[in-house]
Parts: sequence; C-alpha cells; structure tokens
Amino acid sequence: MHSLLDYRSGKLEKIPTRNGFGEGLVEAGARDSNVLGICADLAESTRFEGFKKAHPAQYIEIGVSEQLLVAMAGGLASVGKIPWIASYAMFNPGRSWEQVRTIMALNETNVKIAGAHAGVSVGPDGATHQAIEDIAIMRVIPHMTVVVPCDSVQTKKATLALSAAWGPTYLRFGREKSPVFTTQATPFEIGKAQTFREGGDVAIVACGILVYNALLAADKVAREDGIECRVVNNHTVKPMDEAAILDAARTCGTVVTVEEHQKHAGMGSRVAEILAQQHPTPIEFIGVDDRFGQSGDPEELIEYYGMGVNAIAEAARRAHRRKKS
Amino acid sequence: MQTLTPESLTQLKLKANDVRQGIIRSLLAAGSGHSAGPLDMADVFAALYGHLMRHDPNDPQWPDRDRLLLSCGHIAPVRYSAMANFGYFPVEELLTLRKFGSRLQGHPERVTLPSVETTSGPLGEGLAQGVGMALGAKMDGKDFHVWVVTSDAEHQCGLHWEAALAAAKFKLDNLTVIVDRNFIQIDGSTEDVMPLEPLADKYRAFNWEVLECDGNDMAAFVETAQRARTVSGRPQVIVANTVPGKGVSYMEGDYTWHGKPPNAQQADEALRELAAERERILADA
Repeated sequence: MHSLLDYRSGKLEKIPTRNGFGEGLVEAGARDSNVLGICADLAESTRFEGFKKAHPAQYIEIGVSEQLLVAMAGGLASVGKIPWIASYAMFNPGRSWEQVRTIMALNETNVKIAGAHAGVSVGPDGATHQAIEDIAIMRVIPHMTVVVPCDSVQTKKATLALSAAWGPTYLRFGREKSPVFTTQATPFEIGKAQTFREGGDVAIVACGILVYNALLAADKVAREDGIECRVVNNHTVKPMDEAAILDAARTCGTVVTVEEHQKHAGMGSRVAEILAQQHPTPIEFIGVDDRFGQSGDPEELIEYYGMGVNAIAEAARRAHRRKKS
Repeated sequence: MQTLTPESLTQLKLKANDVRQGIIRSLLAAGSGHSAGPLDMADVFAALYGHLMRHDPNDPQWPDRDRLLLSCGHIAPVRYSAMANFGYFPVEELLTLRKFGSRLQGHPERVTLPSVETTSGPLGEGLAQGVGMALGAKMDGKDFHVWVVTSDAEHQCGLHWEAALAAAKFKLDNLTVIVDRNFIQIDGSTEDVMPLEPLADKYRAFNWEVLECDGNDMAAFVETAQRARTVSGRPQVIVANTVPGKGVSYMEGDYTWHGKPPNAQQADEALRELAAERERILADA
C-alpha cells in the first residue's frame, strides 16, 4: 500500500497530467544536457514551453511533421542524445507508427515519445484528436516501454525515470485537469504496479487518470454492496508487472480492467493475455467499446463512453457475480 | 580530402569492379534481391569508402567517423560488397546474404551489423535520420560529415521532403545527399509511375545546393563530391545520373532487373563481362 492524499475528501487539486510532463522534462534537461525536447508545432499544449525557456540550446522546433519527429530523433539518439519528442498521441505515434517501429524499436534507439491529449477526455476537439488506439499500437512493438501515469505528480516522476532509463519509450498522458492524489512520497518505479487500495473480493486494475474513478468506484461498492476491491495502479503497460496481476487475480478471483482506450488490444487485453495463460480468471473490461469519440465536455464523454464511477462500480458487481457462479 | 591522382583513380575503378563482382556473387548465393540499383551505385560506394569518407574499418564505431546512411536499404548488396572489399569483414561473408543467421540481412540492420549506421529499407527515412545526426554533430561541435544515399523513387515519399525542409532550416552544410538517379522503380520508369522532374529544381526551391554528375564516371563523381564538401551554410545534394545495372550489359537500362537476382548462367556471364572490364581498366592505366 502506498501513501495517497485523501481522495475521498472531494478537495483534491486538479492539474493536467501534461503539466507533470512539462515539469519533469525541465528537471531532466537540467540533470543531463543530452536530454532534448523536439517539438512539432505544439509547444504550449504539450507543455514544452518551460523546457524551451530553461534549456533553449536543447530545444528544437520542426513544425508539423510527425514522421520527421521520430526519424530525426532516431538520428540524434544515435549520436548520443536523449530526445523527447512530443505531439498529440493521435499524430505521434498515430501518424508515425512505421518510423516508430523501424527507427526506434527495431533499430533500438533511445528515443522517448510523449503522447499528449490521449483519450476521449481531450473533449471538444472531437474524434480526430482523441487517441484511443495508441496503447494497442505501442504495446505490440518489441523493445518498447509503455507508461500511462495516473496524475500529474506521477507523470513528472515517470518523465524523470524514463529519461534516465535507456530504451525506446512511450509516455501517455492527457489534456484535461485531473485530480492529484499521489504525493511526492508515493514511489514510482517503471514496471512496478502499485496497490492503491486493499480488498479481497474484486481486483480493479487501472491506468491513467481513470485510476481515480476506480478508487471512487471501489468505495461505492464497499459502501453499497459490501464488496471490497483491491485497486491496482498498473501504470506500466509494457513490460507489465505480471507478478502483481497474478497476485491480484489469485487473491480476488475476479478482475475489472479500466483504461481510457479501446477495450480492444489495450492494457486490459494484456491483463487478459497474462491471466488466460497463467491463471484463468473472469474479467470485465472498462474502456471504449469499438467506437470513436466525439466533441463534448471531458467528464460528459467519460460518462457517455462507459468509464465513469458508476460504470466501473457496475462492472465490479458483475465481476463479483461471475466469481460466485 | 586528397586530390585524386591517376593511380588512385585506377585503384578506385578496380575497387568498383570488385564491388560489382561481389554483388553478383552474393545475389546468386542469395537467390533473391535487387540487381540494378546495387550495380549502378558501385562507383559511388567505391568512391565513398575508398576516397571521400573519414572512416576506419578496424574501428567501425570511431565516434568521429563520417556517417554513411543507405536510405534505400534494398540496394544493400552494394554496401555490403563495398564494406567487405574495404576491410569491414571477409569477402566470403557476402555469400551469406539474406540467409538465416547472417549479419547481412535482406535490408540492413544496425543492431546486427552496427557499421551500417541505421536500419533501413522502408523508403524515405534516411535523410531524416541523417538530419538528426548532422544536427547532433553541430550541437556538439563535431566535424564528422553525414552522407545519405537515396534512390530517386523514394523522393515520392513525403517524409523525405519534411527532412529536406529541416536540413535547410538548420543550415546543415555537414550533410550531403547522393541521389541514385537511374529513373527506374519496381513498376517502371519513375517518370511514368510518379514524375520527379524537375528534381534538381525541387531541391533548389528547398534552399539546397544542387550538384549533378554522371554517377558512373569515377573522376566526375569524386570531383563533384569534393566540390559539395566546400559548400557552407546549406546542405548539398548530388544528383548522380546512373545507368541501372551498370557493368552487366544485359541488365543495363532494363527496369525488370530492379528487384531480381541473376541465375547461375546469367551470373557467369556477368562475371565474365566484369573480368573483361577489369582488364580494360588495367590496360588504360
């Protein structure tokens, strides 16, 4: 169990996860002058501006060219740089996937992708700008590390940890303000899932900003149904913490996965792959159900696409019933 | 860079001939692969490894080496043959081309053979990586040069032109592109499939220094490349006009040799022609 702020209080500060990336990158650039920021015309919205100001000699602007973003970063990495490349997740890795596969992964270069504006919580921009397939296309690539942190504090820690770890990387975060419930003292280690709530009836395995909804849903079913959920912050989708997933499944006997992504081929699918092979367990999936997003308020969209607190609570009840049957 | 003496010109021509023979042997052993492009770039690769580049086959990861990127990875046999003939690995290893467990993958892979600098084959990606290397060199005050060999048809890829914009923006005078202008691609003539002309003007419009030469004339190519190296403040492109299949009469100018290897009989004939060419080079010296 890890120390968290009192997420039940309703008084949590809300900060976009992208701010954590921006702050982390400024610090990473100070720690190592080989850390670069390469921007494809989205400095403000990817939160590159602080880095640009703090480390102008380490900042490169290349305009609207996401394939170039990856390929050029590969060249820079091969001469010893540690490039962070940021755009909207829909365009990088969405548009640049083959360059990601060939130049970052097959060629094993130390390039770091920051995928901003992931999920339907992008809101009013609509479906063209809402990446909900990016975890799938990144987790399938060999050598790739895929991290989806749960709040801005953890996003900052992830940015620093990934900057210091060698290898091709995808860090996914969102646009909208979201509750901050981890603290400076909450540990973060790449590849180590975290138990944020104990419980032995249902395991809720979540990533990204929906970890917060998972915690609230766990409280709801405890209060209303007496079902105690373990909530696991499964921030590293690849390499996934198989031991933590297996332990949660063995302890609780049934699982709910939660992610702001297509149900197909995302984090929950990886959980299912692990459990199907090693410990067959009933699983309920929370995510977008083979549809595209649309314009709307972020919270409205989260509810509409079935990722709100009530939907997760209902999934926990279903999962609990399946265990008994 | 040293000036080219008559003796060193002859040596380079002989090396290009060795490279062509290595290409034919490796393609025959592989039973698949591309013939026309590798043969037409043998002179360029002999000039690069034999005269133009700063490199050391005994220290292939020397940090200050010039970087040579083969963007059109499908013509890998010419690079492998050049590397073998300039001491990077034994010439016999060329016979492992495209075979299971070989370092000489069908398209170059840096992880298995680091001295190829990049993993390549998906077209249009070499220049962008070269831009990154050249920019990295500038950031660190390094004086190595970046050479990028491209096919002509990969100028149909959007990414190549994204990179061309960036090379001009960052004033990468430590970057030279060599275009294998042989006018062929898998489906036919480049000008039928998707016209590229006026290619040189396109680069001029992108604020590049444009040079042009006969890519199968050793002296002309070396002179042109040396002139490119004197340019400051912007990237250079050498449009090297080549004859596809150069050196093997029945392949020359025939686009159907783009993507297939010779059979045993055809390889024999090619090697006989190349042996005769070698005698002519020596007789002319």
